[in-house]
Amino acid sequence: MKKFDTKVQHLKYKVLREVAHQAWNDTLLESVFDIPHMIVPGKTSTMRCCVYKERAILGERVKLAMGGDRENPNVIEVIDIACDECPAAGYEVTDSCRGCLAHRCEDVCKRGAISFDHNHVAHIDKSKCVECGACAKVCPFAAIVNRKRPCQIACKVKAISINEDNAAAIDNSKCIQCGACVYQCPFGAISDKSYILNVIDMLKKSQNNEKYKVYAVVAPSISSQFVYAKLGQVITGLKELGFFTVIEAALGADMVAMSEAKELSEKEFLTSSCCPAFVQYIKSAFPSLLPHVSHNLSPMAMLAKYIKKSDEKARVVFIGPCTAKKSEAQLETVRPYVDAVLTFEELQALFDSKDVDITALKEDVLDNASYFGRIFARSGGLSDSVKQALSEQKIDFAVKPVVCDGIEACKIALLKKSKNVLDANFIEGMACVGGCIGGAGCLTHGEKNKAQVDEYGREAFEKTISDAIAVLK
Amino acid sequence: MKVIVCIGSSCHIKGSRQVVEQFRRLIAENGLGDKVELGGTFCMGKCQQGVCVTVDDEFYSVTPDTAEEFFEKNIKGKV
Repeated sequence: MKKFDTKVQHLKYKVLREVAHQAWNDTLLESVFDIPHMIVPGKTSTMRCCVYKERAILGERVKLAMGGDRENPNVIEVIDIACDECPAAGYEVTDSCRGCLAHRCEDVCKRGAISFDHNHVAHIDKSKCVECGACAKVCPFAAIVNRKRPCQIACKVKAISINEDNAAAIDNSKCIQCGACVYQCPFGAISDKSYILNVIDMLKKSQNNEKYKVYAVVAPSISSQFVYAKLGQVITGLKELGFFTVIEAALGADMVAMSEAKELSEKEFLTSSCCPAFVQYIKSAFPSLLPHVSHNLSPMAMLAKYIKKSDEKARVVFIGPCTAKKSEAQLETVRPYVDAVLTFEELQALFDSKDVDITALKEDVLDNASYFGRIFARSGGLSDSVKQALSEQKIDFAVKPVVCDGIEACKIALLKKSKNVLDANFIEGMACVGGCIGGAGCLTHGEKNKAQVDEYGREAFEKTISDAIAVLK
Repeated sequence: MKVIVCIGSSCHIKGSRQVVEQFRRLIAENGLGDKVELGGTFCMGKCQQGVCVTVDDEFYSVTPDTAEEFFEKNIKGKV
């Protein structure tokens, strides 16, 4: 079965796997410059104009796999030489224009930007065009196309521009680290930095968890990942890699649901704080709404804090679908609890770097959280859980949530709130469409993901949030 | 006295919550709140023998059915 959605992910994975493999063997230092050659041997190029460019780009990928540019605070980075400088002219009329009589494009254009030459072929006056796309929608021949870069289309917060060398450039003050561009760039020219080496180092130095214990905290979206194996086999695989034990981040979500419900009833209006990209977006685009952001730590940080309280020497590695979590883990408020963040992509590379074939392993168990903690992984789950937490705590407060599925929906709700016209008292903000299951660090994205999360939720041993967190007090 | 109950996945599905809840209730009923400290951990590495419990670092295997008896003998009886 296919492990990834795209070949770009597969290429990134090959680099991560090789870097990790060398790191386990303590041979990374001497082999680091050979890795591009290991991945693209011979003289024939397979992806780019020549093998030399391919290897040069792979060299950059190796750097990212080893943590990337330390001078750049952003966990998302552009590989300049990998950027293919896609056309970026915006809406253009192609030669499919038949020079028809209807001129729907002209009629629909509110800016009067469309004119016709002596062959009746349409032309767009770029000084008038506002790139609304109305003309493209009405053309019966689909003759008008949007020549916009996939990264810019993916970036709904408009953090990507084009630099003087015609390569994509990220505005760090606007970027929310959601990773949408990472997933969408067809050339793999934008990537998240990897902390896979930190994790390997941490595992090795733990000396089989004797010096300190390394805990893996996994996001509930794992239920829609590694579908070629059983979840229980993934858990065994993590222990084979050297993790002491595996705990569901969803237990942290159960804790968050309870305190978020309380906070909401006290403040009477709240925006969620689980999704680090959403919180970052409020910081950068709607700073006036910051006082409304829930003071709760995210489920990841909440659980990590609890683990460190119960075991002072513990090291915590969060494994999830999210690139923004890598950023969150660097926040002052989170850094003491979370030692490293990996994506599911990186976990796959880690398994294969040690030749751990999870399909051949026995199934272990993973069961710490309730149904409600687990459904945090998909859009709408957080709101359902807060509702449940209000009722379980017998708090008399009528929650009216607005479920924002994706950062564009978040923007609309935040805009309304900033103008005091939002008819809701709770904003559930998820930067990725679908919620965490749409995250850029997922191996695969599919229509069944939501159903898989719900099914995993129903399988939880504990049926209520109170029961799930009863052991923690 | 320090009593630690494993709340990791394996022990959890064998009933660690029920064990914790019973201990908590019995500690309160017997007025041992200031003498017995009840804590949790996520794995003791003996998952087959769950629910895993330690009393001052000594290991025991407990089930929800034996929790009360265990409390009388090894917690109340030794504190």
